[in-house]
Amino acid sequence: MIAIVDYGAGNLRSIKRALEAAGAGARITDDPASVRDAERVVLPGVGNAGASMRRLQETGLADAITEIARRGTPLLGVCLGMQLLFGHQEEGETVGLGLLAGRVRLLPSTLKVPHMGWNNARLGHNSPLGGAGENREFYFVHSYYADPDDPADVAAWTDYGISFPSIVIHDNIWGAQFHPEKSGPDGLALVRQWATAPAITTGAAR
Amino acid sequence: MTSATKSGLKTRIIPALDVTGGRVVKGVEFQNLRDAGDPVELAARYNAEGADEIVFLDITATHENRNNMIDVVERTADQVFIPLTVGGGVRTVADMRALLSAGADKIFINSAAVAQPSLISDGAEIFGQQCMVVAIDARRGAPDGAWQVYVRGGRTPTGLDTVEWAREVERRGAGELLLTSMNQDGTGTGYDLDLLEAVSAAVNIPVIASGGAGNLDHLVDALQPGRADAVLAASIFHFGQHTIKEAKQYLRDHGIPVRLESDPA
Repeated sequence: MIAIVDYGAGNLRSIKRALEAAGAGARITDDPASVRDAERVVLPGVGNAGASMRRLQETGLADAITEIARRGTPLLGVCLGMQLLFGHQEEGETVGLGLLAGRVRLLPSTLKVPHMGWNNARLGHNSPLGGAGENREFYFVHSYYADPDDPADVAAWTDYGISFPSIVIHDNIWGAQFHPEKSGPDGLALVRQWATAPAITTGAAR
Repeated sequence: MTSATKSGLKTRIIPALDVTGGRVVKGVEFQNLRDAGDPVELAARYNAEGADEIVFLDITATHENRNNMIDVVERTADQVFIPLTVGGGVRTVADMRALLSAGADKIFINSAAVAQPSLISDGAEIFGQQCMVVAIDARRGAPDGAWQVYVRGGRTPTGLDTVEWAREVERRGAGELLLTSMNQDGTGTGYDLDLLEAVSAAVNIPVIASGGAGNLDHLVDALQPGRADAVLAASIFHFGQHTIKEAKQYLRDHGIPVRLESDPA
């Protein structure tokens, strides 16, 4: 069973339905024990990084997510959930879960912020979706972006004023800056890939 | 390596479904409604044709119809995996929460934003700015050519100037504007391009053009010179005149970046 972490953020119903459409059963839960028991875990997120981290910590969910990530359970962070996988967050000068090495920064103001709408993701060599250099289209809504220390963690790049990582993959930990549950066929393809990717038993998350 | 304005962002095409009594309807200047089908079926069809987002407007907004709308949103969100924007009669944060829980991604408010502007910032604070769309129904008519904001389904003038109101709702935390020309709505004679340009120039949030699309050239016009970020249309899609896919191909042929699912990888 896949656990979708409920900490009061966002449209969880759509993520659940997207997983179901991809053939995977999922349960929405705010219980750290259920997160620890899950075969796979989705960390969604919409809203403010500081408030979200406080809530994850107060509820014990942050510890549960860290534990499962370190022991190799497949984890997918979506939108703010992807950003929280990293360390320092410019929004609210907060520290995220620190499961991936890097920082989260504000998009440059040369274009309208938030970045909202459909945009290309240019696949990298480690993308599960297709060959390097191919494009996929996803629906984005965000003002901040992740800046990983290791470019090898980036599985797809998107251009919006700058080039930022739209998919990151580091062993068992995946992140999508867009909303795969709102990104039509390409989004469902990512959900299906993640939900069926073989679990890595040697968790090597930092 | 990248220029500061480099972007692959696509122009969105958004079919609008006006819903009452569990059916999609469409009228002219908000009058003389024609039946256009079942909302969930229509939304699924537009999704399959490549719509970028779907707007549901509850045009009755009675208590009973609200429950119908929640049901429509739930059933649509179960099978349509693109953003759903829902509004019509939304008056409170609780109304917003009910629609978001049903599967809506964004909420638009109109009359309630005018009556109680703090609702915009309240919604943005709780659900995020990206979630708060303000719909503005504008009617040309002031002697100086300006546009006045109307509420209650276009029946009641407010005395507010549209461009000034657009600036104010942005300042209060709206993430997007859904700008309808009352004069043009349902006429099929084109968007009010002057209105679009005036509002787009005044704000730095996305503007969705609405009201008046009668052919595909009208969509192009709304984007350039109209400067809209997205185009909303109803009649040209509901009654079989064009598919979403045809519209997108047409925009692409005119140099406008769109998402087309037949894109070569």
